Amino acid sequence: MAANKGPLHQFEISSLYDINFEGIDISFTNSALSMVISIFITTVIFYIGSGKNPNAPGRLQVLVEMSYDFVANMLRDNVGSGGKAFFPFIFTLFLFILFGNILGMVPYNFTYTSHIIVTFGLAGFIFLAVTLIGIVKHGINFLKFFVPSGVPYTLLPILIPIEVISYFVRPVSLSLRLFANMMAGHTMLKVFASFIVLLGFLGGWAPLSLVIVLTGFEIMIAVLQAYVFTILCCLYLNDALHLHH
Amino acid sequence: MEVEAAKLIGAGLATIALAGAGIGIGNIFASYVSAAIRNPSAAPKVFGNVLLGFALTEAIALFALLIAFLILFAF
Repeated sequence: MAANKGPLHQFEISSLYDINFEGIDISFTNSALSMVISIFITTVIFYIGSGKNPNAPGRLQVLVEMSYDFVANMLRDNVGSGGKAFFPFIFTLFLFILFGNILGMVPYNFTYTSHIIVTFGLAGFIFLAVTLIGIVKHGINFLKFFVPSGVPYTLLPILIPIEVISYFVRPVSLSLRLFANMMAGHTMLKVFASFIVLLGFLGGWAPLSLVIVLTGFEIMIAVLQAYVFTILCCLYLNDALHLHH
Repeated sequence: MEVEAAKLIGAGLATIALAGAGIGIGNIFASYVSAAIRNPSAAPKVFGNVLLGFALTEAIALFALLIAFLILFAF
């Protein structure tokens, strides 16, 4: 019975195919399976939808072109022309998180973005890459990023540590935001769904209607969090490329 | 006091942080509505920023939830 397993049972990782590589456990888990599914679906949609008919695009082609335009506009507005080289990465990141969040809303499917190790892996890589880009592009001048301009010199000993700390907290807050949103949303759905079972046929309609509303809300959150993750990535990239505050 | 009981009280206390997040989210949408009434033509332009601010504020509330989960399950 699923009812007596508790609302946190859905986040458990189980191994589907055991692989041991020189003592390191790299088993194929349900998390990995859902990543493969999401990448497969993305690839299929984009392979079928990528423009073959410029005059009368079908539904999938419109979807593909709209999502391309959406991310391209986001990158152009936030990073400027220098960000064009990073478009493939940002677009892939957006689609990976978006499909992970949305496929997680399918019942019995695993949400890989609800695990901090996945989101921290993404955010940590972005942080390292953005810092390296800044150092390669600006050299020692990159340290100016931590010195706010137009501030009295007496305040600098306080402000510089704050700037440095807020810079190094970025990957933590970026990954925690996505992970906590997805985990909290799915736990909340499970808790309200268990009320339906508890109240039975007569009283269960109230939580059922609430769960329907919350499911719509969660789908909105899924898209919104993918957008927020991507736009923050764009803003960090802009900081590294242009250095102004 | 029993450790189990203290845990439950602590997890309950951690949800007080939601008051701040509630004020924050209310503030964002109140400002958006009053700005949109003053200048309706500019409203679609700032809506993206409104959603960004909403998501950032909501994440703060989720940090409190995370603390509650840590208290309940990690210790």
